Amino acid sequence: MNGLSMIAAMLPDGTVDPANDPGLSDGDLLAVHGKMTLLRALDEKGIALQRSGRIGFYVPSTGQEACAVGAGFRLREGDWLFPSYRDHGLALTRGYPLSTLVAQLFGNRSDATRGRQMPNHWCDRNIHLVSVSSPVATQLPHAVGTAYASKLRGEPVAAITTFGDGGTSTGDFHAAMNFAGVFRTPTVFLCENNQYAISVHVTRQTASKSLAVKAQAYGIPGIRVDGNDVLAVCKVVGDALALARSGGGPTLIEAVTYRMGPHSTSDDPTVYRSEEEVEQWRKGDPIRRYAAFLKKRGLLDDEAEDTAQAEAKEAVRQAVSDAEISPPVPVESLFEDVYEEMPRHLAEQRDGLLSGKG
Amino acid sequence: MPQATLLQAIHDTLHEEMARDPRVLVMGEDVGREGGVFRVTEGLIDRFGPDRVIDTPLNEGGIVGMAIGMALNGLRPVVEIEFADFIYPAFDQIVSELAKLRYRSAGLFTAPVVVRAPSGGGIKGGAYHSQSPEAYFIHTAGLTVAMPSTPADAKGLLASAVRGPDPVLLFEPKALYRTVKGEVPEGEHLVPFGKGRIVRPGEDLTLVAWGAMVPVASMAADLAAAEGVRIEVIDPRTLWPLDIALIEESVNRTGRAVVLHEAPRTCGFGAEVSALIQERCFLRLKAPVGRVTGYDTPFPYALEKSYLPDPEKTACAVRAAMEF
Repeated sequence: MNGLSMIAAMLPDGTVDPANDPGLSDGDLLAVHGKMTLLRALDEKGIALQRSGRIGFYVPSTGQEACAVGAGFRLREGDWLFPSYRDHGLALTRGYPLSTLVAQLFGNRSDATRGRQMPNHWCDRNIHLVSVSSPVATQLPHAVGTAYASKLRGEPVAAITTFGDGGTSTGDFHAAMNFAGVFRTPTVFLCENNQYAISVHVTRQTASKSLAVKAQAYGIPGIRVDGNDVLAVCKVVGDALALARSGGGPTLIEAVTYRMGPHSTSDDPTVYRSEEEVEQWRKGDPIRRYAAFLKKRGLLDDEAEDTAQAEAKEAVRQAVSDAEISPPVPVESLFEDVYEEMPRHLAEQRDGLLSGKG
Repeated sequence: MPQATLLQAIHDTLHEEMARDPRVLVMGEDVGREGGVFRVTEGLIDRFGPDRVIDTPLNEGGIVGMAIGMALNGLRPVVEIEFADFIYPAFDQIVSELAKLRYRSAGLFTAPVVVRAPSGGGIKGGAYHSQSPEAYFIHTAGLTVAMPSTPADAKGLLASAVRGPDPVLLFEPKALYRTVKGEVPEGEHLVPFGKGRIVRPGEDLTLVAWGAMVPVASMAADLAAAEGVRIEVIDPRTLWPLDIALIEESVNRTGRAVVLHEAPRTCGFGAEVSALIQERCFLRLKAPVGRVTGYDTPFPYALEKSYLPDPEKTACAVRAAMEF
């Protein structure tokens, strides 16, 4: 709890550290693997879709699957999600339908948010996945306010917000942590320290010994966890969510991980980091690590692993082909949803565009 | 009808809305025991408790950000920014988040947050207790921006904001807080957004003013009346969406228009009003649309009176339009 030592769960011999065991059933252990595999397949397809010009942009989470899935696996109905644009895995694990998620990438009529945002800006009312925006860490104070509202009504639910190491440098990080501490809101702050904010290394974000240790200044627990150890993430996030739901207040969790891919499809990571560095982290690939763990436990073999990968690819392929055929969003929708009712000036601008007179 | 100051009307309306709807709460710096630096929220904490009258840490971005989270989870937060001059730390939350949430989520999420901010000069507040930042927010799609000039409108606009579906910025002319007194309707009184008000009718020139400039406009109209010029004063009440139809109808009758505001001239809202008038009333105009505004300087301390528009400066602009 000092925010400096690293919590791990999976031991090299295939056992789990009893102190950090999330206590998943065999079925759940395999379900976690399935979600991580699906997420990897989705990210590979997302990059491919952008490279072939079928979507405009993509933000992969490759290498961070343990954070997203480990955390998402502990979310319940009623909880609120305020993720960053890299955390589709969190939502996917919580129950964001793959079809809805993939439709957002295309921004056509199949997109529940009517093509209003770039790919990776997710939103789903049913699972309380609050619309993702691009500015970094602006969602953190929202997760505090939403949690405050739930607490005020006495609801046993939590709000989780996820962000990267760069997000901890923002004013909104400070504001949200401070407000959460003062009001003891049921908010879980999950910082996925993937070492880079686009091109800038975490050592340029802070001189602090860790990111989790910052929690001390706000009077809340700060936990540092191996972010490539899905069971450890599941354990510490589960505990933090339980603490929040029971009135115990907020927690900051720093999950130490690595962004194995680019920041986005517009980024070239070879200009700011070496292949040796990437290779070093690749050895700790969270899915490979977890699969090896499951194999040692006798829950997975090579054949089942191949099957899981093939099924994930097929599910993504199907979702893509379903969404891609949808027609474009209607032009007049450009002016809708600015206000609940369209004011006169927007109606005039709409009529101008539709009449071809600008 | 009972008489109240503008400040009292806002206080009473907050009290009424909080009593009516348990989802309504107020939050900001010093709004609790202190009752706000202007005492607008005085006593609310005694009636509604600290969970609904929330003294927050000093961070406007955090306050508005937290309010957004509350609003999208069913509460109706009314934020007090201590002075409109201190709204800029919340600019990103207002412009990037609050204003765009409905649009970017295609209506799946909305955040009907009310932001109240005392604005304008006239209290010897210098550069950081006097500004009129309305134009920044009018420029942002998705926001409703209003400014009352009477106690009745303060009640009606605030009540509409608290009950409405969209985020509202309510700039309160602090110079009028205790200097303007008027009748306030009892019980439910809602002033719809986008509806202006003819403060006094006239046939020769349309003078558009809002907030603390409305009394200035009325005084200028008195000066002009002494010279035989009948001025129609219009208070849009809601700056955006603007009741341009009311202004258009008036200017088509009078053929002359002057816009009056405290904020600096360049890209002030007067520029937009002027452009709209000229687009819509070009052939009826007998003179260019005039502007009486603050200067393109930071708001001064010692020379506040020189900076602010007054009835004499306004009368000059009226004369220029009449003699064009």
